[in-house]
Amino acid sequence: MTILQGATGEWEMVIGLEVHAQVISNAKLFSAAATTFGAAPNAQVSLVDAAFPGMLPVLNEKCIEQAVRTGLGLKAQINLTSVFDRKNYFYADLPAGYQISQFTQPIVGKGEILLDMPDGVTRCIGITRLHLEQDAGKSMHDQSPSETFVDLNRAGVALMEIVSEPDMRSGEEAGAYLKKLRAILRYLGTCDGNMEEGSMRCDVNLSMRRKGETAFGTRCEIKNVNSIRFVQQAIEYESHRQVEVLESGGTIIQETRLWDTAKGITRTMRSKEDAHDYRYFPDPDLLPLVLDPAFVENIRQHLPELPDDKRARFITYYGLKPYDASVLVAEKATADFFELVAAGRDGKLAANWVTVELFGALNKRGKTIEESPVSAEALGGLVDLISAQILSGRMAKEVFEAMVETGQSAAQIVEERGLKQVTDSGAIEKEVDAILAANGDKVAEYRSGKDKLFGFFVGQVMKATEGKANPALLNELLKKKLSGSAV
Amino acid sequence: MTKLTDLTITEAVHKLNAKDISAVELTDAHIAACEKADKAALNIFITPTYDLARHQAKESDARRAVGQAGALDGIPLAIKDLFCTKGVRTTAASHILNNFVPTYESTVTQKLFGAGGVMLGKVNLDEFAMGSSGVTSAFGPTISPWSGTDPAQAARKLVPGGSSSGSAAAIAARIAMGATGTDTGGSIRQPASFSGIVGIRPTYGRCSRWGVIAYASSLDQAGSMARTVGDTALMLRTMAGFDPKDATSVDVPVPDYLAALGGSVKGMKIGIPHEYRIDGINPETNALWDKGAAILREAGAEIVPINLPHTKYALPVYYIIAPAEASSNLARYDGVRFGLRVEGENLNDMYAATRFAGFGKEVRRRIMIGTYVLSAGYYDAYYRKAQRVRRLIRHDFLQAFEKCDAILTPPSPGTAFAIGEKQDDPLQMYLEDVFTVTLNLAGLPGICVPVGLAQNGLPMGLQLIGRAFDETTLFKVASALEKGAGFTAKPPFTA
Repeated sequence: MTILQGATGEWEMVIGLEVHAQVISNAKLFSAAATTFGAAPNAQVSLVDAAFPGMLPVLNEKCIEQAVRTGLGLKAQINLTSVFDRKNYFYADLPAGYQISQFTQPIVGKGEILLDMPDGVTRCIGITRLHLEQDAGKSMHDQSPSETFVDLNRAGVALMEIVSEPDMRSGEEAGAYLKKLRAILRYLGTCDGNMEEGSMRCDVNLSMRRKGETAFGTRCEIKNVNSIRFVQQAIEYESHRQVEVLESGGTIIQETRLWDTAKGITRTMRSKEDAHDYRYFPDPDLLPLVLDPAFVENIRQHLPELPDDKRARFITYYGLKPYDASVLVAEKATADFFELVAAGRDGKLAANWVTVELFGALNKRGKTIEESPVSAEALGGLVDLISAQILSGRMAKEVFEAMVETGQSAAQIVEERGLKQVTDSGAIEKEVDAILAANGDKVAEYRSGKDKLFGFFVGQVMKATEGKANPALLNELLKKKLSGSAV
Repeated sequence: MTKLTDLTITEAVHKLNAKDISAVELTDAHIAACEKADKAALNIFITPTYDLARHQAKESDARRAVGQAGALDGIPLAIKDLFCTKGVRTTAASHILNNFVPTYESTVTQKLFGAGGVMLGKVNLDEFAMGSSGVTSAFGPTISPWSGTDPAQAARKLVPGGSSSGSAAAIAARIAMGATGTDTGGSIRQPASFSGIVGIRPTYGRCSRWGVIAYASSLDQAGSMARTVGDTALMLRTMAGFDPKDATSVDVPVPDYLAALGGSVKGMKIGIPHEYRIDGINPETNALWDKGAAILREAGAEIVPINLPHTKYALPVYYIIAPAEASSNLARYDGVRFGLRVEGENLNDMYAATRFAGFGKEVRRRIMIGTYVLSAGYYDAYYRKAQRVRRLIRHDFLQAFEKCDAILTPPSPGTAFAIGEKQDDPLQMYLEDVFTVTLNLAGLPGICVPVGLAQNGLPMGLQLIGRAFDETTLFKVASALEKGAGFTAKPPFTA
């Protein structure tokens, strides 16, 4: 919970999110047109999408399956009977003059999402509902000074509107919610979650109340917030704006506000009085959707392992720390990568290499796990060399850097550069003896109490062995020699 | 020999099969008749397609020559201009679709042409099928080929009924052998009654609505119109059937309706609903109703009184639900993608200018009523309540059909009226639908058969209502009624 310190006291924010997630499907919600991103304008439009006279919608079963799958993934109630309604309004990119949506009887009811916060706290955020609806087309006002162009490729594409309860209390929680929701959708394969391409979009509902208050304040809806970072920025801005209004004796007007990415502010889009009367009524072209319980059960049986279950398994099976497990399961691709690295190896060591070294290298290069220059097999090979004590931690890091640069395997690099760790205690002892003999004065100083010189001896031996001496073995030998009288 | 234009479809098919006549001859005779009707300014066609018809007739003859003729091969038909026809302008009798040429063929017309049907043209109707007279068409009213015998009335031009006005007039005037119609609240049955022909509106879900311009989706249903019960059965058999492109079409087999024709009605129970005897109605209407009942009794059927207690609510319920759906269905005519566009200062101006110029008065009236009854604060009082009453009306019929096999009623309060009459009083016009809308609300099939002439010389029909998807029984009873009535009257104008 983030407490906002105002001039007159402490304030708490109340946040609910509405997410529009584009369904991964072969075709649109009610037509056979394709849904591929980036096609030429109006290249993926059927007569149904363009609402030609006499055209009728036919429900795409794949989209139903995806909505049910998502509902199950959100541990939500699946409504065996749901109804498609028409939401009526005029706009140039809404060909029929109505959007087919679900108003009073959505396909999915109450569910929940668990958030693992960095401080170790788990927060449960309620899901109010999930319903299916059509996307609208896109109006382009910047193509001509006097005309608006309309691209209907998106018109009719299936969206899942996922509405949360007003359960979030900070921008951080809102961000964590979106990340978790996106992870669940990606695990399920029901939405690709790409906010940049608009396949996942978010509206924020936010109100403020004084700390300790239980009633909700008046909320504003902020639209057009299309990245997790912007969601957090918008919440930051809007919460301060509302507190300022409230503390200066004003009242918050329930309204729809627009997030202005360029200016980093929210501004009024339309007030409640200007709100459309959408004249919802059941779409007479579509009969109520009735699901067979066996259809739902079959989807339930084939659900993939979801982030929470995977996290629990990583903790018990691989012995990972809860936070590391959370980090690894956040993206399915990362979790899959980790499991390939960890297969038959030390899970903790594998987790460490994935979350620290690999993530570091990827971040530095701005790459995703799918674009990793080091494959899971290759990283596994490196972990093998460490476990077999062929490489010390420090050497391994060097080898890893080389792997990232060259794409070669760890074994190849070790071979080529002669980087094998020296674990032969006789050989190390020989080097230790030589160093001590050559630095008699320092040995004397050490023995008279100058403990700090220990590092000097380690460094000298490492230099002489080109870093290949096994550090543990070297420490042990040095301690023995320096404390004893054997020299 | 009977004039080619006086043949029934069934007779024509026999003659074509026997090579007595060719499809080209048959079509040419009808095109000549169309031209004669055009000279008489009956205003039946919005878009005639004579060249296409001649071409189709030629192909039909070729098919028949190699033994590949379909059920309706070579039969000249009129198509209500609410069915989208590929490459042929389709207007819904509205200025807003003045220039609209579909790139697709409606399922129903596809099936008719697939069976060899020949299209003479797209015929007139009330704009977007909203009307009971044919008068609301943006292309002017259709004129009935009938005129009364009453000397005071004789000079007046009459309506053929609506909304399938052009379809009914074309068949009565002998310029088409059959026609498609659509029936949302009586638009096939009332014009059939006014024009002395047969029209069937099948069960909701029987014919695909795909490619038929929507008026009120939960009530719209295509059907066939012709001069005999047998001809409508023949046409409907071809038009009906499940269509995966229409989610409300129902996947049940289409029986051989023709097999039911002429079958005995002995022992069948025909219900007479008490609530349809309305005070102040034309006494001739009730007299004809009694005559119809007598014919069926004579044929061996038992006449039983039944009750449809919610009948009086049907008309108000219809005039809430139909406009509500229409207000939404017609939102797509916005000047953006097809049809008329009248430019404006901004998007909203363009919408207003386009829709004001494009829609006629009656269409605008229904859009406004529909918008109102769906509005926040009124939805519960109007639309939701209407839906509840609709369920009660449906229930009335279910109960009634436990006591009878079909229901006999008048299709409309009186005979055809003159053009201009009832125009300034929408309520009076809406009353035309009082006997027909009930079955649309219940989704049931209904057929109208001509039974006699009123004293004013104008035809009057009777309506039979059947159980859902039991058109077979309807055809059987209708054919008995047709036989007993022996209606042979022809309008003063025939081509």
